[in-house]
Amino acid sequence: MIVASNLTRRYPGGYEAVKDVSFTIESGQMVFVTGHSGAGKTTLVKLLASIERPTSGSLVVNGQNLSALRRSALPYVRRHFGMIFQDQKLLFDRSALDNVMLPLHIVGLPRREAVRRARAALDKVGLLEREKANPIALSGGEQQRLSIARAVVNRPTVLLADEPTGNLDVESAADILELFVDFNRVGVTVVVATHDQNWLARHPAGVLRLAHGRLVG
Amino acid sequence: MSAWLSQHRAALASALHRLWATPLNTLLSLLVIGIALTLPGFGYVLLDNLRALGGNASGVQQISVFMNLDASRKEVGEIENRLRQAATGKWRFVPKEDALKRMQESEGMADIVASLPRNPLPDAFIVEPTRSDPEALEILRKEIAGWPRVAHVQLDSAWVKRLDAFLALGKLALWMLAGIFAAGLVAVTFNTIRLQVMAQAAEIEVARMIGATDSFIRRPFHYYGALQGALGGLVAAGLVFGALALLEGPVGDLANLYGGTHSLRAPGTVEVALLCAAGALLGWLGAQLSVSLSLRKFD
Repeated sequence: MIVASNLTRRYPGGYEAVKDVSFTIESGQMVFVTGHSGAGKTTLVKLLASIERPTSGSLVVNGQNLSALRRSALPYVRRHFGMIFQDQKLLFDRSALDNVMLPLHIVGLPRREAVRRARAALDKVGLLEREKANPIALSGGEQQRLSIARAVVNRPTVLLADEPTGNLDVESAADILELFVDFNRVGVTVVVATHDQNWLARHPAGVLRLAHGRLVG
Repeated sequence: MSAWLSQHRAALASALHRLWATPLNTLLSLLVIGIALTLPGFGYVLLDNLRALGGNASGVQQISVFMNLDASRKEVGEIENRLRQAATGKWRFVPKEDALKRMQESEGMADIVASLPRNPLPDAFIVEPTRSDPEALEILRKEIAGWPRVAHVQLDSAWVKRLDAFLALGKLALWMLAGIFAAGLVAVTFNTIRLQVMAQAAEIEVARMIGATDSFIRRPFHYYGALQGALGGLVAAGLVFGALALLEGPVGDLANLYGGTHSLRAPGTVEVALLCAAGALLGWLGAQLSVSLSLRKFD
């Protein structure tokens, strides 16, 4: 369960990307964060992933108050989340398989076990035959699916995605949505920031609507 | 434990891979580090050899007591008695005939000695005092000099002391040199690691966002710096051995001219290992400074 209370993130210079936002997301729920460009969607997702830290307010995930944690504890918290970035952040100096193995490498899983789990994740997103390919050789949709494989390989309890279909055609976007629905079906909490109205229409889910950093519905 | 080991193994593999991936850069860095370590390393070997030379010549302090040329047997016997009474340490008598004989045996001296009308050498005592501190030696020297028919008393340790002083100075200079080059080595590593961090920026950024700890990020760079330093130490050892091999011939010739033999003492396994360890330590330090500074950007 994620409980945000009066969450505010102010950037140096005084700009408040997220202002006084409070909400609750139940475990296993699927939630869309929507709003215009610059409404604070990305900042909110990064706050949830504890990549950004709130300036004020509190954020409690599974009973743990993230806003009170020491900086050195943050890496261990981040491992509970699967994070999918708008620009994927894939590494082009290694194969698709090695990209997926990065989170396992970080937690120190032995290589053989890591390869096994990474292959399973690639299989889940339909990229097993492309495991040796460099991400640069993959299409936009494939790259996004690869980044999803990397996000889920460590079996996170919460999947966070920031505009995962931003640059994709309708068909690829629909594939991605299906993947999220699948993960949600097996109990993973899914939070997706998107301005894609098709998604909201097609899938019944909780919606957090942001405008100028404030929650409006 | 296995996770810890696995992470260290991976970091070491990654460091080796990065060293191997850019052979030219690696080679140049190793050469720079090697040269930086060679100078103090070679200085050390040089001092070590000088010390060995001094040690061979005379480890113990000696006082030579020369009698007047015309001192009689009885007068010499008197000095002998006084030495015995003073109980200053071991001593032995060198009669002038023995001294002349020994001089004749020295290279190129036989003809000269033969042409002398009479023995120009005095009777002498070689004293090895039990107390060898400079003050005690000086007191003893003055005392003996005051005895009758004693022409000259010489502290043979003077040149050993000069050599010691010279070696002490050399050692100090060597430490200063080592300090300067150690700083140079840290700076070189600092820069290579900074470039490495820049090249790995994408990986570092994403790894941090998905849960990598600072030590996870630093580890490969630490290994990289330490490995580079240790390999630089090996290069330095190679350069020192090469220089010694080149010097071996001329030093042998020089020693021959002085009628002796001297072969250069090369550094041993322990010394090479120490050089590599020093390189590794300094490399690690450079990497630590560089990564700490570079990682601030990612916060």
